[in-house]
Amino acid sequence: MIESMVAAFSGLTAGINFLVTKGMPNVVMLIAGCALLYLGIKKEVEPLLLVPIGFGCLLVNIPLSEVMDKGGVLRFFYDVGIITEIFPLLIFVGIGAMTDFSPLLENPKILLFGAAGQFGIFLTLLLALGIGFPKLDAVCIGIIGACDGPTAIYVTTQYAPHLLGAVSVAAYSYMSLVPIIQPPIMRLLTSPEERTVHMEITKPTVSKTTLILFPIVVTMVTGMIAPKGLPLMGMVMLGNLMKESGVVERLTNASANEIANIVTLMLGLAIGGTMEGHAFLKAETLAVFGLGFLAICLDTAAGVLLGKFMNYISGGKINPLVGAAGISAYPMAARVVQVQGQKYDRKNFLLMHAMGANTGGQIGSVMAAALMLSVLSGMGLI
Amino acid sequence: MEIWVFGVTMTIVGMGGTFVTLGLIILAIEILKRVFPLDQRRKAESA
Repeated sequence: MIESMVAAFSGLTAGINFLVTKGMPNVVMLIAGCALLYLGIKKEVEPLLLVPIGFGCLLVNIPLSEVMDKGGVLRFFYDVGIITEIFPLLIFVGIGAMTDFSPLLENPKILLFGAAGQFGIFLTLLLALGIGFPKLDAVCIGIIGACDGPTAIYVTTQYAPHLLGAVSVAAYSYMSLVPIIQPPIMRLLTSPEERTVHMEITKPTVSKTTLILFPIVVTMVTGMIAPKGLPLMGMVMLGNLMKESGVVERLTNASANEIANIVTLMLGLAIGGTMEGHAFLKAETLAVFGLGFLAICLDTAAGVLLGKFMNYISGGKINPLVGAAGISAYPMAARVVQVQGQKYDRKNFLLMHAMGANTGGQIGSVMAAALMLSVLSGMGLI
Repeated sequence: MEIWVFGVTMTIVGMGGTFVTLGLIILAIEILKRVFPLDQRRKAESA
């Protein structure tokens, strides 16, 4: 009887024994999980993602947890939605269904900001290679600079799954920190006169037919240039086509709400599940966070510098601050531009132009990832 | 060396390709806007 009680008691204390003897990485990650929950709940930093990621991190780091073992609940989400790449693609349908491309179509030239906003991806790729990361790992780290969570997850799942937790958390954290990261760079690179440039308010020129044909044309053009990225761009544009056509309202609403919400929950938990202490706490994780931060700073700088160039060649008609919205963090980056513009001139309304650049950044980030995948394929690396 | 060839190739083709593709999309938008202009009556209403 006593032996049986001792055996039963040891079963209950096995977790604590593990924590005391070899569980220090788990303790650190339990604290990290709580920090993510604090950021999500108290500071409202990307709560839709950080709350499930933080909780998934807690679940997987509780000693002797089996949630990521074969048959475990988080392993199931991971296998079903992340390994298969279905989750990021379903989220892309929702993003397309929520995005209004009309500010971009009114002033198509600002789409170029969406290209400049991807510069950080490539410079960070070079830096990651310089530090010694293998080629595919470096590509996935660079992708943080896309400021686009689903794209980062899609690429990392395929080519550096061991970095998935770090890359995803870095991508979503930095996206939410855009209002803190961008303004100092914007101020550093622009003069007070440039910040007060007023941009012409464009009159509506886009027909319903153009809005409907736009996603179809973009899918065909980008798919022919970079077919490896077709699932990414195709899903965004499918969502947008459903929205603009107006004939499948139920599907549009489901994509933008129910499907996106359910997938976000499962995606967040599964990413949290990859943050097991012994696998996550490595020097390379810190390097991923550092390089990801640098990538977003470089994106912003490149966008503002292109803005200065366009300001020069347009004879002072473009406010360089709008260039900072050429990243994919939608609509945060556009709001940052509006706030910064009004800080120096309360009558300056840059929001619509910034929204156009920001939606251009969404297309640019997906296109940059698609091109990278196609180049890797062409080189025979994937 | 091979690493740097890879990195520089990715940067040039990736960044250049992004600019060129988005340039093509700008062109496509301009064509769409000309072929399917906003209805004049709606234009007047929204103005």
